[in-house]
Amino acid sequence: MRHTIAVLVENEFGVLSRVVGLFSGRGFNIDSLTVAPTNDEALSRITLVTRGDEQIIEQITKQLNKLIDVIKVIDFEPEHAIEREMVLVKVSAEEQSRAEVLRIADIFRAKVIDVTPKSYTLEATGAPAKVSAMVELLRPLGLKELVSTGPVVIGRGAKAWKG
Amino acid sequence: MKLNGARILLECLKREGVDTIFGYPGGTVINLYDELFSFKEIRHILPRHEQAGVHAADGYARATGKVGVAIATSGPGATNTITGIATAYMDSIPMVIITGQVPTALIGNDAFQEADIIGITRPCTKHNFLVKDVKDLATIMKKAFYIARTGRPGPVVVDLPKDVQIAQTEFHYPESVEIRGYKPTVEGHPKQIEKAVGMIMQAKKPVIYVGGGVILANAAAELVALAKRLGIPVTTTLMGLGAYPENDPHSLGLLGMHGTYYANMAVSHCDMLIAIGARFDDRVTGKIASFAPHAKIVHVDVDPTSIKKNVRVDLPIVGDVRDVLVKMLKVADEIGPDAKACQAALAPWIAEIDEWKAKHPMTYKQSTSVIKPQYVIQRLRALSDPDAIVATDVGQHQMWTAQFFGFTAPRTLLSSGGLGTMGFGLPAAMGAQAGFPERQVMVVCGDGGFQMNMQELATIVQNRLNVKIVILNNNFLGMVRQWQELFFDKRYSSTCMELPIDFIKLAEAFGATGLQATKVEEVDEVIKKGFATNGPVLMEFKVAREEKVLPMVPAGASLTEMVLAS
Repeated sequence: MRHTIAVLVENEFGVLSRVVGLFSGRGFNIDSLTVAPTNDEALSRITLVTRGDEQIIEQITKQLNKLIDVIKVIDFEPEHAIEREMVLVKVSAEEQSRAEVLRIADIFRAKVIDVTPKSYTLEATGAPAKVSAMVELLRPLGLKELVSTGPVVIGRGAKAWKG
Repeated sequence: MKLNGARILLECLKREGVDTIFGYPGGTVINLYDELFSFKEIRHILPRHEQAGVHAADGYARATGKVGVAIATSGPGATNTITGIATAYMDSIPMVIITGQVPTALIGNDAFQEADIIGITRPCTKHNFLVKDVKDLATIMKKAFYIARTGRPGPVVVDLPKDVQIAQTEFHYPESVEIRGYKPTVEGHPKQIEKAVGMIMQAKKPVIYVGGGVILANAAAELVALAKRLGIPVTTTLMGLGAYPENDPHSLGLLGMHGTYYANMAVSHCDMLIAIGARFDDRVTGKIASFAPHAKIVHVDVDPTSIKKNVRVDLPIVGDVRDVLVKMLKVADEIGPDAKACQAALAPWIAEIDEWKAKHPMTYKQSTSVIKPQYVIQRLRALSDPDAIVATDVGQHQMWTAQFFGFTAPRTLLSSGGLGTMGFGLPAAMGAQAGFPERQVMVVCGDGGFQMNMQELATIVQNRLNVKIVILNNNFLGMVRQWQELFFDKRYSSTCMELPIDFIKLAEAFGATGLQATKVEEVDEVIKKGFATNGPVLMEFKVAREEKVLPMVPAGASLTEMVLAS
């Protein structure tokens, strides 16, 4: 099962490696990882996507909670959360496919951020499923390079999640 | 008044009640040692290797219940501490390890004797700190001790750059610290406790299974009270030995791979297992699928990650073991029948266990021609003080000590349970003796483990630490040899230590007394003389070379599939 877990940590050096080391030390895999400061300067927020059965996810969240620098851990349920990621994707755009690339970009509300006679570079944000749907449509046209942030997640509703 | 970092560190240690530290000087802690030279309130013991220094601090902590403190210099000094730190981490021993570091301006530049000790120790510490500013030092030390001793205890490393030791600031030691991400749950949930006691009262075949957590939480008395109140038999892990007196009729002794037949049978047949401060190590459970197959499991632990890590749990209680036991006892008194009725209800179960005890007691075949190691252990118990502290190394002698010594009090067995560190015993005994100069302290070693840290004979003699060293010498790495005999067709690959070391001369070379027994009738004589001789004594017993630790559950087998001694 895929799980998106958000971890609120002290914004200090070495904290990320504690979190990542916990995964590598136990043989758990991380599919994606996003880290950045929050509205509180003293805190950073890590969003990570991992996989495992119920028992593994329970161990992961407990072990994360056990780290001294970790303030809060939430294993988000998809229906109660909004997930977004951003991709930058460089696509071949020779004569016959230039229009097709633009059409796909338009459908997915992606922005063209760089153009050459041979390529377009697009920026797209959205739910991971939407982003990957766009990438799959672009792939046959000649995907030259792709970079993604991995998802970030925030809970639905008025309730905010601080320290 | 302004103080330098080195002095601040010592003042912090003093305020934490530290009276003894184990440390090894070097370039990056030379300023700290300079301050220590005139700081008479703390006793400093110089081991001959940093690993041993950390094991000594660990032994001190295990025996006294206080936080152990060790110091090492940067680079090789710090990396030498790793085995000691990992040993303490696995067994949840409260320690603070201070390592010197190159000056902050040189960190990351491959400076002389630089190592990323924060990175290296991250997976084997409860937490670690790099002090970058002298202004943070006092607060970090307060946090280090707080983290080390609270919740599930563990080792904390404080990496202290040389320039921070020199820099000056006003010294103020905080009364308390607030760590946002660290709020261990120490109070057991009342509803869960009530539910647990209800379940336990309904059980017909309950067993209490105790780990080192009971000893760490100083909860042995509460455990005994609860077990007696409800009439439930108690088995322990290696780390739990001493938490419940083994001379009590309800004691089942050691559980697991080298546990008693009756403990393993009781757990395999029980309908309720009450796990307290134990983490279901694979050496205890054997094959997980067939562990306690008929039992509902209640698990009490201060560390939520230990619960449901290895086995399913029907009722978890997170909290300090002592707090939970006190509350359980109170609930039992409130809702349950009286002690007599509880005990009467379990009479058939106790009778079943007694049958197992009678059928396969913990035993070995005595010999008149060769010294049996189990016999030496039994005689050590008979001839030592009731409150004697026993450290062990790791291997066959460790299991024989666990099986045949008969521990009756907490903090009297010091043994590397989780990591299984050879070379642990001698320095751990040294640390325990430093903590309790008046008590009898012995270490039981094999010839293999003893050779891993035997340089500490020098520390023991120099500091007049009255440690009695018992070597059960079979000229083998015995436990591996046993596995080779049983599972590798007696192909004794590199386990024979045939070199005729003269341990007596070795002891004498360091200024200790050396005694040797080669015949059965010499065993008592050597032990009596060893205990009666003032100062460090090494007692070597030439024991049966191919004696096995039995009973034994082969790795991966079920607890009921035991190879028995008889």
